[in-house]
Amino acid sequence: MDTVTLLNVLVAGLLTGCVYGLSALGLSVIFGVIRIVNFAHGEILVVGMFMALVLFRWIGLDPLLSIPVVAAVLFAFGYLLQASVIQRVAHLPEHMQFLLLAAIAIAMVSGCLIVFGPDAQNVQLDYALDSFAVGGLIIDKTRAYAAVAAVALAAALLAFFRFSGTGRAIRACADNYLGAQVVGLNVSRLYAFTFGIGSACIGAAGCIILLLVDVHPYLAPGYTLLAFVVVIIGGMGSLFGALLGGILIGVAEALAAEMIQPSLKSAFSFALLILVLLFRPQGLLGKAGR
Amino acid sequence: MIDRLFGDLTRAGLAALAAFVLLLLVLPGFATGYILSVTTIILYLAFVGQAWNLMLGFAGLLSIGHALFMGIGAYASAYLFARHGLPPIVGLIVGGGLAVAVGAAISALAFRFAIGGVYFALLTIAFAEFTRIMVDHARFLGGTEGLFLPVSAESRQGFDLFHLRGRPEMFYYVIMLLCLGAHALCRWLLTSRAGYYWRAVRDNPQAAEALGVNIFRYRMYAVMVSSGMAATAGVFYAFFYNNLFPEQIFSVERSIEMTLAPIVGGVGTLFGPIFGAFVLTPLGEVLTWAIEWLQHEEIIGKQVKVDGVKLLFWGIAVAAIVLLQPRGLWPWACKRLGLIRAPEDREEGR
Amino acid sequence: MERLSSRTSRRSVLAGGAAAIATSIAPFSIGRAQASKLKVGVLLPRSGPQAQIGIDCQRGADVAINVLKAKGFPELEFVLGDTETNPQIARAQAEKLIDQGIHVLTGCFDSGQTLAAAQVCEQKGIPLVVNIAAVPSLTDQGYKTVFRNFPTGPMIATDAFQLQKELYTAAGKAPKTVVMIHANDTFGASQADAAFGLLPKMDMPYTFVERISYDPTARDLSAEIRKGKGTNADAVWFISRLNDAMALCREMVKQRWEPMGILSSGPGWYEGQFLQNLGKHGDDVVSFIPWYDPNKAMSKAMTAEFTKQFPNLQLNTNHAHTFEALLIASDAYKRAGATDPAKLIEALQKTDIKDNVTVGPGVKFNEKGQNTATRCSAIQNRGGKTPTIFPAAAAEVKPTWPMRGWDKRA
Repeated sequence: MDTVTLLNVLVAGLLTGCVYGLSALGLSVIFGVIRIVNFAHGEILVVGMFMALVLFRWIGLDPLLSIPVVAAVLFAFGYLLQASVIQRVAHLPEHMQFLLLAAIAIAMVSGCLIVFGPDAQNVQLDYALDSFAVGGLIIDKTRAYAAVAAVALAAALLAFFRFSGTGRAIRACADNYLGAQVVGLNVSRLYAFTFGIGSACIGAAGCIILLLVDVHPYLAPGYTLLAFVVVIIGGMGSLFGALLGGILIGVAEALAAEMIQPSLKSAFSFALLILVLLFRPQGLLGKAGR
Repeated sequence: MIDRLFGDLTRAGLAALAAFVLLLLVLPGFATGYILSVTTIILYLAFVGQAWNLMLGFAGLLSIGHALFMGIGAYASAYLFARHGLPPIVGLIVGGGLAVAVGAAISALAFRFAIGGVYFALLTIAFAEFTRIMVDHARFLGGTEGLFLPVSAESRQGFDLFHLRGRPEMFYYVIMLLCLGAHALCRWLLTSRAGYYWRAVRDNPQAAEALGVNIFRYRMYAVMVSSGMAATAGVFYAFFYNNLFPEQIFSVERSIEMTLAPIVGGVGTLFGPIFGAFVLTPLGEVLTWAIEWLQHEEIIGKQVKVDGVKLLFWGIAVAAIVLLQPRGLWPWACKRLGLIRAPEDREEGR
Repeated sequence: MERLSSRTSRRSVLAGGAAAIATSIAPFSIGRAQASKLKVGVLLPRSGPQAQIGIDCQRGADVAINVLKAKGFPELEFVLGDTETNPQIARAQAEKLIDQGIHVLTGCFDSGQTLAAAQVCEQKGIPLVVNIAAVPSLTDQGYKTVFRNFPTGPMIATDAFQLQKELYTAAGKAPKTVVMIHANDTFGASQADAAFGLLPKMDMPYTFVERISYDPTARDLSAEIRKGKGTNADAVWFISRLNDAMALCREMVKQRWEPMGILSSGPGWYEGQFLQNLGKHGDDVVSFIPWYDPNKAMSKAMTAEFTKQFPNLQLNTNHAHTFEALLIASDAYKRAGATDPAKLIEALQKTDIKDNVTVGPGVKFNEKGQNTATRCSAIQNRGGKTPTIFPAAAAEVKPTWPMRGWDKRA
């Protein structure tokens, strides 16, 4: 492999990886605080993508500009979901939570199927097929935007959890559930708020990913699985861990595709996942001692 | 022996069990091909459900990658039969052995590194997906082009148990016996020492360890028994369907499908997985029928995208069960119908 | 108390069984049965990941029912089944349709599902007229009830080579190297195997430089295109599905890969949705696929009815082959004069239809139930339409080869 090819592969892997990370941020937020593994993650993402699609079709809104609207609607959805349904299974064993979220996921996919049909649909923008060329290096424009958005979103989330009062209160709940209750924090409201933030974050990711991927209902389970892989490798609950996990997978898959065979590339991400689970189950940037 | 295995049942419960078995036995006498086919699927799901339940319900280990073990059994037996002409019993020994070994290896790795809960579940998915991609590229197993078992016109009408070639009725009785056998095995295991240790480990690992239970070993036993049973189901699947494609055998959907009946029926109960399977599949059928009827009566238009309606109701129904009857439908049904003796209330619906 | 418990225990026993039995009484067919009508089970993936294709195939059936009636064929009555894109369900649904009294089954688009349904048909002696399924083993397993009017993967590959020769001769320009990029699924892998095996025998002007396979469920296909571009091959040959075809084409534009031409021998690259989503970037792609011959009389009737029913859609293989499967069933019924499955099978074996819609001399089955004379067409995307360019007998327009650069399109 010559240098230009290698550079192309690495840059593309990095950008794709950032998009992977972006798609997984919401999962990390929710797990990091509520300790609920959101098996409906991919479904929420797909709903976000469909919302952006509808906004584009109706009023010609660029998906990047529809982020605030989609995020707000999904915030409300996540808030209500946690407050009205998930809250009720918090005391049940993990597998019941898994089943509940899987059932919600199935209902959501079916809802999308009823409303939008099974066809893959996309937005047609003038810049969607553009790319920057620097010498032999070709950089996909939308992927570059998506990567920047991913980093920006992670930074914004981090700032929220560091500096805002609500964010700090949420972190307090995550660190010490009992303590948070003792000092009088309304934990269940904060949890609902967190699920809302997580969902909003997934919605924002959906808007951006719509620039790259055609949306159809059956996309959802694949994104759920991808988000798990990304987040476990990076560390559940760590925002930059999610980005790091995404980038690692993106680069590993790009290299595997180039050097071995593309159909084997996801085997590498699963192998990476198995290694991380075995040797560093808390993830690369996760906190030890679960 | 009988008392040890079935001592918890009331007289009504025993009668119900006997009637259920009797109904299963005579079903092929009057059922249409479709009912027989659906009941075969139900019994298959009940069988793999029991295998899966053994791990989660008895030993507290959540697997969402059970398609891996089932697939190993299916592919090993199909390969030996299609390519080397070896009967399914050889496939069962080889495939079952392989699945048990893989199960032992995964659990040994996981428990050595103290991986539990959801992380263990994701490890099982990762191994199943990894295997799927590998089988996609395994030319000797047909890769994505599929592995096909030879079927001749005569064998399709026969009753050759040794080669598992024959009429649908034969497959029905095979899976029925497997299913009832699994039920007996689970009853026996649960009343054996291993069963008590498993539940001790499930309910309170620290306490169990303090009492001298080797957690590592007993958890591994549970995984091994469960994966062996799943591989047995795989052998059945291979010979029943005759066509194997990795993206179908090892898919995540297949793994999730295995978890549904026991969760709906009641995790950790003995009869729950069977009950769950007998509730879920007909529920799906009734829904399909209801939608067809609504369309037929023109209450909903034929052009409305209704193919999602069934799954939508299905998802809502499962969510409702989790929210309203989190211990599953079987314990609830037992209590209502008085099938289980009162002293067992603490473990109702065993 | 005694009475209560006995009643309830009976209820508990029946809980499972009753629901199952209820469904046996429940099935009803759409429309009213009449002795003169041929009851055809139309089993397709109407939900699940392949739903869009299954629903598309049904349109071909909807067109057939009117056209065949107008052409004097006996009336058909459909009993619809849904495989949910799952071979297990396909098998059970085939049983259900047969229990509902169908005389002939048609379906199921996908190879795995068709194989599952074929087993039931063979068991019950009900004829299965396959609309679409390319896996060779379907007609190699010795089934007596399976009839397939669709080419196998190797047949498609052979035709693709022959049609390419015609294309290169007509255009006066041939690639020296070709890279094959295919989905690693049943259809893609078996056809790619066939193509690589056949190349030395076909006396082609080019060699394959690389075989790139990808997981059809992959979300991101940029690496695949990058690798393909890196081979510097003169032309690229894809075997893909719809969603990946759209992603692959878009990636080619983004990565500014402009080979002499894009060849495809699978679904995706010509479908309405592809054309609509890719617009001008979808132009000039040449697909070698089982297709209808627009110049045949029956095709004209089919096209007219299709345009009437679905004015916004493009007629394609899904429609044409489902249409023709019903034509075959209807023709067999006409000759057999009875709905008895055994007589229908006998009639199907003697099928000899000249007035059909797909490319080739007509419909005739060999002893395995395969129509070996059915041919593929080369079609080229042009401004949202997909005219035939080869074989010459079915051609509508002259080919554009080499393809135009991405930025040289109006």
